[in-house]
Amino acid sequence: MSAAQLATAAGPKARVAGGYTALLIVSLLAPLVFPAYVTQFAFLWVLVVIALCWNVMGGEMGYNSFGNIVFFGVGMYATSVVQVGLYGDVGAYTAAKGGLALDLTVTQYFVGLGVGMFAGALLAVALAGILGLGMLGLRGHYFAIGTLGLGIAAAELAAGWDWIGAGSGMVPPNYPDAAGIDRTTVFYYLAFILAVATFFTLKRLRRGRFGLAINAIRDDEDKAEAMGLHTTRYKTVAWCVSAFFTAFAGGIVGNIVGFIDPRTVAFAGVTYGVWMVLMTVLGGKGTLWGPVVGAAVFHVTQELFWTYLLGWQRVALGLLIVLIVVFFPKGIVGYIRDKWPEKFGYTVDESATGAAADPAQQGGTR
Amino acid sequence: MDNIQLLIETPPFALQLVIEGVLLGGIFALAAYGMALVWGVMNIINIVQGEWVMLGGFIAFALAQWGGVPSLFGIPVAAAALFAIGWLAYHTIIFRIVDRDLFTSILATFGLSILFQQLMNQIFGADVRTLESGLGSWYFFNSMVSISQTKVLGFVLAGVIAVVLTIFMRSSRMGQAIRATAQNARAARILGIDTDRVYAFTYGLNAAVCGAAGAIVVMAFTIHPYQGLIYTVRSFTIVVIAGLGNLPGVIASAFGLGIAEQYAGFTLGAEFQNAFVFLLLVVILVARNLKLQRRREVLR
Repeated sequence: MSAAQLATAAGPKARVAGGYTALLIVSLLAPLVFPAYVTQFAFLWVLVVIALCWNVMGGEMGYNSFGNIVFFGVGMYATSVVQVGLYGDVGAYTAAKGGLALDLTVTQYFVGLGVGMFAGALLAVALAGILGLGMLGLRGHYFAIGTLGLGIAAAELAAGWDWIGAGSGMVPPNYPDAAGIDRTTVFYYLAFILAVATFFTLKRLRRGRFGLAINAIRDDEDKAEAMGLHTTRYKTVAWCVSAFFTAFAGGIVGNIVGFIDPRTVAFAGVTYGVWMVLMTVLGGKGTLWGPVVGAAVFHVTQELFWTYLLGWQRVALGLLIVLIVVFFPKGIVGYIRDKWPEKFGYTVDESATGAAADPAQQGGTR
Repeated sequence: MDNIQLLIETPPFALQLVIEGVLLGGIFALAAYGMALVWGVMNIINIVQGEWVMLGGFIAFALAQWGGVPSLFGIPVAAAALFAIGWLAYHTIIFRIVDRDLFTSILATFGLSILFQQLMNQIFGADVRTLESGLGSWYFFNSMVSISQTKVLGFVLAGVIAVVLTIFMRSSRMGQAIRATAQNARAARILGIDTDRVYAFTYGLNAAVCGAAGAIVVMAFTIHPYQGLIYTVRSFTIVVIAGLGNLPGVIASAFGLGIAEQYAGFTLGAEFQNAFVFLLLVVILVARNLKLQRRREVLR
């Protein structure tokens, strides 16, 4: 009780600022303190990003996109194609199947990486806009299964396209040794910056009209439309935002992994494609912190325990999805929110009945 | 494009593709019929559908390869085993999601799909498997058209299963209860039908039909652990084209899909055949939606 009073005395704003600062310091120092785990930390931020992006569609808007992996893969391929294409011939590079190494200078490498990631993100946004024209008219089952089909179709198309290496995949250019800073550290900070940018962009978006509009679409799309919302426009924008950041995440993962396989890395439906859904549901879909918490919990569990499963981890993944979806659909943050609504800024009216204290009836999912 | 030229110049090749497509379509029709059954009765899109086909195939494969029994015997065994698995799946997982929202049912069955896909991958490995039937082929038009006798046998068996299923749904007590529940579950409950039992049976029956189809697939075609999802998508596409509770429609669109796949595989190259199936699904969904929108009716 005294801790709570202290916190209240300090003011909620100061408390929040303190929390963010602590997180920032921990995140910035993490690669220096635990140099052996930098890659794992970088993956954590990537997972946070893709979960946050999925949450915009599946959690906030109620459109269960199994096809966000398309943007992940497109971002990954586009980044590497630009990285290679700026300084060499992509067709010859992929045809050599890793035999042809590009020796890039430090400047060339980072210019290529930056241009590539932005090109990938813009391409993904354009793709989301075009696909959205047809796909976002679909509702319910049809959208879910249609996007599932898109994800696999993208993998199959990439696996058949010789220019980007077809089934044998593509290798992003080698990291220049002269850079003076460790490769994994660079990608850790890139992933961290991306995660921060994604989090605050989405936080800002869900505060305003946009957040209200997509929540209205989730709750009752026909009514939202009847109230005068341009639902198609909002849905398309939401998918584009989701695609933009997911594509950046893809570009980073392609360079961390160092090998782009069309089916198991780029358009990896069974890993990243499912993880983004699972992490969001685990953390609590439709909440701001849910995907972050879900990604952290999932990633730590995976890193700690899954090595002992010796190849059975994907079986465990399937089981985990079933268990979480069936028995724990609210997720961690959703559960906490229902348990202690006052911590989330809901005023619980003691005089009212139990039903009125239900946060879902007072302020939706905020 | 050379392949299109070839098709036009030598009609027997085109005929070959049509025949192969129809033989393949017989299997698709079985899986799609099961999906329509579960969709219509329980309002669940069963993403694990394709995995039931795959499981049936592996059970028949294991029986014939390691048990040494004739491969035809695998069909009833796979059907029985899958009925049990489906019944168990209903009583552990599916009954919890029947009345829940669509997100839950899609994601839960998707989780089951990954579970079984990876389980079979762990047990049997990712290799492509098939059973040798020892039957030959018939040749026509100077051997330009060859028809595998195994595929014809599989097609006939699929037809037999479909006929038995139709008779069962028409005249048995359980079949009538299933149809009543599909029409109106609440009314059926009031009239004394134990809908929970009906759901369990329906789900098991669907798995059994798929299992039998899988046992045919392993004889006439090939199976591997990752092929489940494509059967799910094929079934879904067929059901979307045909509509629920429309058996002739399901059969016709299954044949259509089989033929279209054969043509796509031949003209675009075999590596794009799967991509074609998935893109076709997307195109059909979008086209259907545009058509519905133009009519300005309420969706669903």
